[in-house]
This record gives sequence, structure tokens and C-alpha cells, in this order.
Amino acid sequence: MAQYLRKTNKAKEFFQLLFGHPMGFVGVAIITLFLTMALFAPLLGTVDPSASGDVTNLLIPPSSQFWFGTDDLARDIWSQTIYGSRISLTIGFVAALITVFSGTFVGLIAGYYGKILDEVLMRIVDFFMMLPELPLMIVLAAVLGPSMWNIILVVSLVSWPSTARVVRSQVLSLKERPFVESSRCIGASNFQLMFSEILPNVVPLMFAQAVLMITEAIYAEAVLSFLGLGDPTSISWGMMLHSVFESGVIAESYWWVVPPIVSIVTLIVSFSLLGTAVSDILEPGYKEKKGF
Amino acid sequence: MALIEVENLKIYFMTRRGPAKAVDDIGFSIEKNKTLGLIGESGCGKTTTAMSLMKFIKPPGRIVGGSIRFMGNDIVPMTDEQIRQLRGKEISIVRQEAQNALNPVLTIGKQITEMILEHESVTKKTALARAKKQLNLVGISDQRITNFPHEFSGGMKQRAMAAIATACNPKFLILDEPTTGLDVVVQRQILEMLRNLKKELNLTAVFISHDLSVVAETCDRVAVMYGGKIMEESDTVSLYQNPLHPYSKALIGAYPSLKGERRQLKSIPGGPPSLIDPPPGCRFTPRCELAQSICSQEEPVLKTIDGRRIACHMVK
Repeated sequence: MAQYLRKTNKAKEFFQLLFGHPMGFVGVAIITLFLTMALFAPLLGTVDPSASGDVTNLLIPPSSQFWFGTDDLARDIWSQTIYGSRISLTIGFVAALITVFSGTFVGLIAGYYGKILDEVLMRIVDFFMMLPELPLMIVLAAVLGPSMWNIILVVSLVSWPSTARVVRSQVLSLKERPFVESSRCIGASNFQLMFSEILPNVVPLMFAQAVLMITEAIYAEAVLSFLGLGDPTSISWGMMLHSVFESGVIAESYWWVVPPIVSIVTLIVSFSLLGTAVSDILEPGYKEKKGF
Repeated sequence: MALIEVENLKIYFMTRRGPAKAVDDIGFSIEKNKTLGLIGESGCGKTTTAMSLMKFIKPPGRIVGGSIRFMGNDIVPMTDEQIRQLRGKEISIVRQEAQNALNPVLTIGKQITEMILEHESVTKKTALARAKKQLNLVGISDQRITNFPHEFSGGMKQRAMAAIATACNPKFLILDEPTTGLDVVVQRQILEMLRNLKKELNLTAVFISHDLSVVAETCDRVAVMYGGKIMEESDTVSLYQNPLHPYSKALIGAYPSLKGERRQLKSIPGGPPSLIDPPPGCRFTPRCELAQSICSQEEPVLKTIDGRRIACHMVK
């Protein structure tokens, strides 16, 4: 098994290629940095991010004691930034996983079987695509209470249709290719054609969509939290922006505004870089061009 | 007993302007371990006939009549699932355009083993071992099993296709222009490989080509098709030495011969007939040198002369 799948050196090869790709290298480096931040938040954050500090330490600019300064409740902004990465990354990964898998599955079925099934599934896709994200979030927050999982739920609900659309259109083209017909000629079943012949050709697309979904989810979290629809008890970058806006000192306290914005932008950009690099690498023939 | 018997087969493509009779009332049979060649111009129904042998006709095409008996069982009324289990296992195909017929993102080994695992309940290890054997059989080193299709040359892709097609030891193999688009040296190698495969696996085959020399080399019998009908069916040697039907004569006359005197190649005037509204009587009449009034009035039936079958009023 291992040898014909090239499993033994496949992962190694992949990472060599990824690190050889300038965009891939930068993307992975930054994402690793944020992942480390999220994983080791208790070690890196100097104090409990949600604990109010001494009243004398309100809105202190960056100093040796408070690296990124403090907010209007004397909470340490450095610690908040560190802990905030946990929420953003979790929402990003979980939402992307849900949307890409469900979207790919629906797109594959709709594109492959076509006809009535395609028609029905695409109308369902239309319905979910048209769901207004913001009002839906507000309603859900009111009904279920604001939490990270509601943000994931809403982002997934409105995002999987775009993956389904993209995958379906690719499958429509792939299923007419000679190699699919050849496989059918030699007795491949529908299941095999869909999952062993067509699906591997869609994988680069899935990666591209996953990256898009991660960035979209991170962005959505920031927006929704900023509007006050996030969980007020947890610290996230969006919540930080919400607090600074609410506090009314947004014009004076640059140190409170800059860290969450820079974090959001950097993380989104690094995922985009990674996505570009991965879809380059998964293209057949790239490896040979690099002399592997 | 014949492995495949086709009788009164009719395949029509339902177009807006009426049914196009791509295959119209043909019949032939292929004995075990023999190869039948199907020759004719483009659009004469060769490929449609061949694909129908595994019931692979895409809409708007439809088998409207006749029977195709494979080992005694008629495959025309079979359900999709029944015929799917025959495909690849009993009846297999090597198609033209091998360049695109392999999945670009799967290794050759994976494509062969998948084929085996789909049809037989063997372990992955056995399937892998058999995939290696298959590659060796078609003349590719089994070390290339981890290669992707783009790492293969054109001839190697065609070999790989043959390896996949014969992985489950089918009894009957359809060769749909397997040498088209390859240069002559590679053609030679492919033909030799096919001969080798036929011997190793005891294959019965139908060979479609518009290259008469390739057919001469590989087939025991040849059927000449024109406008969806069989014009002449004969053993290869007699057909090439002494074609009886005017169309066979014209077709063979249009092809250069290595032996014998040099002569001007003759082209056949006119174009293939419309299949929606074919000429009345014999379909070759408008282009035939020997045509008489009866030819455009009455459709000739296939008659047997010395073990050859000819559909022509002028051949007695």
C-alpha cells in the first residue's frame, strides 16, 4: 500500500514543497506563530485577560509593565490579544471544516447526478445563500444566547452554499472528461466514480475553499462581535474592538485599537498566502517543475 | 460456440430532425479467441457498434431493436447494474484518446488496483501484486507503479490503459482505435503488446480502425461498414486480396500498398450518406461506379458466397 500511494515520503515532500514556496513559507510561519499563541496563551499572557486590574492602571499606554497598555477596566491588552487568537482560530477552523465538507458533498451529488436532484439541491443552496447573515445572527443570539458556537453555526449556514456551487460546477465539467467515461466503461460504480475518480480532482478546490472559509469565518466573528453579538464573557479580537468603540476613547487609545486589527488582518492574509501556495503545489506537475 | 452474437441490431440517435440510423439492422458473430475488425469511414457506425457491445450508448442514442448475446445471454434488456458488473470483468475496452483517459491525479497503480478491487473481493495486497503483473504484461516496469499519468509517454499511457482494461481477465476486449494518434513505431509496439495480451489471456476481441494495414495485421475476419450497415464481411486475407463489394474495393483502392506495383490512389467521390434520410435502396448507390437502377430501388440483403457475406446487387 504505502509504496504505491507514496505515503512514506508524501508528507515530507509536501512540506518541503510548501516551505520552498515563498508564499507558503510566510503563510505557514505566521499561522504557526498564531497557533503557538493560542496553544500557549496561559504561558504567554502575563495576567488573566478578563480580570480587571488596579483602578490606578486605567488606559495606560504601552510600558514595560503592560506591553500593549491597558483598557478602561485596567485589563492587560497584550494578554487579551494572545487569548483572542484562540476564539478566532477555533471559529475559523471549525466553520471551514463544516462548510467545506458539507458543501463538497452536496456539490458532488448535485453535479454528478444532475437532473431533478441537482435542481432541488441547487434551490436549497439558493435559499441558504440568500439567508441574511446579520439579522439571522441577531435572532439566533436573542434565542440561543450569544456564544462562539452560534457564530460558527451562522457562518456555516450561510457559507456552505458557495462551496457547493463551486464544487458542483467543477464536477459538471469533470464528469464529462474521458477518464470518467473510461472508468464507467470498465465497470466503475457511481459511488466509485464520484469518490475515487472525481473527488481527488476537486481536492485543490476544497483547499482553496477551506482557506476562503477560514478567512471569512474569522472576519465574520470580528464583525459580529464588534456589533455586540459575540459572547461578552469571552475575549476575542472582535470583542476588543467592540469594547474600545463602546468606551468612547477610540480616538485617544491607539494601543487598544491597533493590536486586534493587526492580528485579524495578519491572520487572514497569512491564510490567503497558504491557500495560494497549497493550490499551486497540488496542481499535478508542480513537483516535477521543482525537480522532485 | 460464438462468444458474441449480434442480430438485427438497430441503434438510432433521436435527433430533432428525426432518428439518425447510426447502426441499422446489422448482425455478426465472433468465435472464441478470434478477432473481428470493423473498418469504414468516420461516421459509419463502427464505434457505436463497438460501444453497444457493452451497452454503452449515451442519449439521445438508443438501441431500438435486435439482440446482442454475450455467452448466450442477451445484454440488451439487462439493467444498468447487471451490465455494470459485466463491464470490465467480462467485457472490457481500450479506447482511443488514451492521453485523456487516465485520471490525472491518481497514480497508475491506484487506477489498476481500484479496478480490481471494484470487481473482485481480494485484499489490497493481492490487488497491488496483480497490478504489478499487469504492468509487466504490457511491457512497463513495475517500478513505474507510483507514477502519475503525466509522467508517462503517449505509448505508455495506451499500454497503461490496456493494463487497466485487462486487469480482471475479461473474456472479450473491445479495441476502439487503440493506435490512433500514435507514431508508427509506437503503433508497432502497441500492436505487439496487444497480440501478446491476446495470447496470454485468451482474449476474443473486436478491433475498430480506419487504418486498413493495422486491421490486416491483427484481425481474423473483417466487417466493412458503410452508413450504419455491414457491406461485406469476410476473412481478412480474401478481403484484402479480392474485395467483392464495390465499397470494399474502393476503400482498399484508396489505401497505399507496400507490395505490388505502384498505382495512383483512388479516392471515393462524394461524402458519407445522411443517416437521418439515407438514400433509398443500397446506401452506397450515389457513390458507386457499378450502380444500376435496381440499386436505388431495392435494398440488397447480405448473401453468403464462399463463407463471405456481401450486400450488393451487382455481386453474383
